[in-house]
Amino acid sequence: MIKVIKPDTDNATKKAVKALMTEIHRDDSKDRNKDRNKDRNKDRNYVNMQVNPCKMCMPMGGALALKGVKNAMTIIHGSQGCSTYIRRHMAAHYNEPIDIASSSLSEEGTVYGGSKNLKIGIRNLVNMYQPEVVGVLTTCLAETIGDDIERIVREVRDTGEFEGIDIIPIPTPGYGGSQTEGYFDTIKALMAYFVKKPIQVQKETEETKTPFINIVLSDATCEDVREIKRMVELFGVKALFIPDISDALDAPFTNHYNKLSEEGISREELAKVIYAKATIELGDLVAPNHSPALFLEEEYGVKAYRLPLPIGINNTDCLVKALAEVLDKDIPKALEVERGRLMDGMIDAHKHSATGDIAVFGDMNLVMGIAGLVLENGMQLKLAATGSMSKRFKEQLESKLDQYQQKAEILQDTDYETIREVIQLKGVNLMMGPSDGKFIWEKDHVDFIRVGFPVHDHVGAQRKNIMGYKGSLIFLDEITNHLLDQKHKGYRERMYQTYYPKKESHKPIQTDEAAR
Amino acid sequence: MNQKSTIIADHREKQVLVNDKQKNQAIACDTHSVSGVVSQRACVYCGARVVLNPITDAAHIVHGPIGCASYTWDIRGSLSSDSELFRTSFSTDLREHDIIFGGEKKLIAAIDEIVIREKPKAVFIYSTCVVGVIGDDVKAIAKKAEIKHGIRVIPVHSSGFSGSKKDGYKAACHAILDLMGPEKVEVKTPHSLNFLGDFNLAAEAWIIRDYLETIGLELKTVITGDATIDSLRAAKSASINVVQCAGSMTYLAKQMKMNYDIPFENIRFFGIKDTIRSLRKIVFSIGTEEHVKRFETLVAQKEAYYQPMVEAYKRKLIGKKVALYVGGGFKAISLIEQFADLGIQTVLVGTQTGSKEEYEQFRKLTGEGTVILDDTNPTELEHFIKETGAHILVGGVKERPLAYKLGVSFIDHNHERKHPLCGFEGALNFAMEVDATVNSPVWDIVKTFKPNNETKSESKTKSKTKQAKKEKPFDVIDLTIEGGIL
Ligand code: SF4
Ligand code: SF4
Repeated sequence: MIKVIKPDTDNATKKAVKALMTEIHRDDSKDRNKDRNKDRNKDRNYVNMQVNPCKMCMPMGGALALKGVKNAMTIIHGSQGCSTYIRRHMAAHYNEPIDIASSSLSEEGTVYGGSKNLKIGIRNLVNMYQPEVVGVLTTCLAETIGDDIERIVREVRDTGEFEGIDIIPIPTPGYGGSQTEGYFDTIKALMAYFVKKPIQVQKETEETKTPFINIVLSDATCEDVREIKRMVELFGVKALFIPDISDALDAPFTNHYNKLSEEGISREELAKVIYAKATIELGDLVAPNHSPALFLEEEYGVKAYRLPLPIGINNTDCLVKALAEVLDKDIPKALEVERGRLMDGMIDAHKHSATGDIAVFGDMNLVMGIAGLVLENGMQLKLAATGSMSKRFKEQLESKLDQYQQKAEILQDTDYETIREVIQLKGVNLMMGPSDGKFIWEKDHVDFIRVGFPVHDHVGAQRKNIMGYKGSLIFLDEITNHLLDQKHKGYRERMYQTYYPKKESHKPIQTDEAAR
Repeated sequence: MNQKSTIIADHREKQVLVNDKQKNQAIACDTHSVSGVVSQRACVYCGARVVLNPITDAAHIVHGPIGCASYTWDIRGSLSSDSELFRTSFSTDLREHDIIFGGEKKLIAAIDEIVIREKPKAVFIYSTCVVGVIGDDVKAIAKKAEIKHGIRVIPVHSSGFSGSKKDGYKAACHAILDLMGPEKVEVKTPHSLNFLGDFNLAAEAWIIRDYLETIGLELKTVITGDATIDSLRAAKSASINVVQCAGSMTYLAKQMKMNYDIPFENIRFFGIKDTIRSLRKIVFSIGTEEHVKRFETLVAQKEAYYQPMVEAYKRKLIGKKVALYVGGGFKAISLIEQFADLGIQTVLVGTQTGSKEEYEQFRKLTGEGTVILDDTNPTELEHFIKETGAHILVGGVKERPLAYKLGVSFIDHNHERKHPLCGFEGALNFAMEVDATVNSPVWDIVKTFKPNNETKSESKTKSKTKQAKKEKPFDVIDLTIEGGIL
């Protein structure tokens, strides 16, 4: 929570404080600029702005995480718009109804605090949805007016009216980070809440004796989650996915629609996470203080593995090896076969994939994973870009690039205006990322594979599989086919135009004399 | 928690109505959304953005944290015949320290940067929620920037919490008036008009421009579809304004009447009948006999070409029932009529921001028993779609998946669509879209779905209630007699 000078505070003090702070602020921006100039290249063309944003805000990530919790409802504490926009974005991507409440702060709530609104909101949504879990996320507005949601939620619980319902406050100020931090923070908050619930300390039940592992997976489609789940099950072990969006956000059609999803990880399961053999966190780029796996390790001694997203053979190997190590088991035959098939596919593709000059953008963990697949298949990585801020992103990518003796532009905290320029400069022939890149596709006609979130101008984003050996191969095939199509499309015409001797060149060379 | 879940939440009872023509009914509308019920509404900023963003050669800066800009970047289908600058999303991307120390410095620098790099004709600055709280003096910054750069820099007061989408429309109208300036143009261009409340989604404004120019009338400015800063300034010399999207533009039309002596008329180019009526209205108000002649030729040609095709679809659609949930009242009214033209009856109608007068129109235009909802939510929609047995839902992106989960067909009537729905061409597109969705073979497959574990008794009671619902009477009224604003 940050302290804010409210508009009604004494003007003179406000001014004084502001003057003081701008001094500090100015200094620090100078420093940042110095830093930027040191760099080989700057992350953004515009200094004071994001032009065509390449990131979203924290409550988006929070809302997504809560969608993977069974019988959970979300209320976003703030003004109506934030919640509606987030719902719209998710609905367009997943093609599923996305019900998220808002505390609908008005002018009055903004001036006098939004506690009353939030309390009414929680009551209404409980009456309408009958959830077991209620996640209370915040917005920029709620944080700026200084609402203490911990206290408000405590007061709501103390009324005794919501017996049996877990109401969990999760601070996600939109400006505090991107959707990625919001996602991980929310997972962490859910774990922290449920493992402390007193009734859950029944350590030695039959359930907890059968070994299981926790998996925290970011940027995965519903199909990716199902695929990783299948891979873990091949080891003969159960995995708890925190969260588990696989069925909640890709629900089959039935003739009885249930607006509150019964899919996802249950609260009983959430309370069990401390008894897991280990936590495997896939997507390792958020700062350690946002990491749920590290939280469980530090507080409860559950061993943490932080690994890249299992995209491509090397990254997937990391996961499989970690699983074998944690469970002390051999790698299942089926996975060996799948790995072999992937290698076979990589060989089939390698001469074609080598023609790829690739740009990848979007969420940092996803960009990193895809970059791995791009590099190991002999494509040229020209640009890797993310809107989030992460030192690790740059460091990890640079060492990867060194390994393949490649040089690529790496941008963090960037925007699409800059991404577009770099793509033009570097002669990229295939880009991969969320639908926001369609602007570049439309204007500059760069071939484009939509992957990540949000994909709102194609269908099926929730069913796309790019993770695991199987998914990596499907994805590699898709990439290769794009490159092949580029080669085949207009092939005859292009060859004719480039190589067929043109009439003029048949003319005898004119000497100066003849010309006269 | 085994009690039955609520369908209509506390404090929402007055926003739900079942049309009973014998009674003197009035729905509660124009209220603030009830917290926690999952309203489908957006915010003030969204409203302002809808109206102003199509202005093509202006730079649109969203002053606030990143999300507000990120979620609204280039999501609408407005087209430009000129600059594409409006499609670029500029955000000051306020972060934690800006929230604490104020965003003014950043905003000033942002304007400087944009002006140097993009040379926009004007700059609009949208304030979002936090800006309204941290107290940045956007007005003063805009003033100073105008002097510095010699272009108009116009603040839009659109903090999300300060009302509803409607207030955003109003804020946008203020910005447009600010741009037009106080002076009046004494001599108006004869036979000229402005078209208010069309945003040139999928070329809709161009279609209407083509009609008007064929007739020989001068369409000065569309507000704001494909508008430029100069064209907005030139709007003051038009003889009349015609208003389509009443919810967003009536305020501007009234102000323009007061300030510049330009009278206005309501028109509507959705559906063949309405298109003809609207064109006639315009021609008779500002045209000569020659114009009338040309109008008649145009209409005769178009009607002869399009009407039979629409009729062919009508035969496949007659008797279906539709539920409408859209943003404003104008849209709902024109949809009720368009569906009636296709022989489809409206059994549920609701809006996010409709006015009292518009709801009164709904009651007149729809039959007995039609459900009328203001600022509704998924819970109520689900309940009433099932209860009314609607075959089609009309709505936006958020409503679409709900329709599909319920096995109901769907019409996208939002700002993202990529096919025109206005004029003669649009009427045909509309009929085709309705047919494509409601008569899709997909629904036949879906209908045969039987979950393996459904017990016999359950399915029996279910089919019984279905039977009962089928018998529920709905009046069919002839809209051509009762309805119409024209
Ligand atoms: S912060 Fe305010 S202006 Fe921005 S999306 Fe949310 S409600 Fe709208
Ligand atoms: S950035 Fe902040 S204000 Fe904007 S949508 Fe996200 S939470 Fe809302």
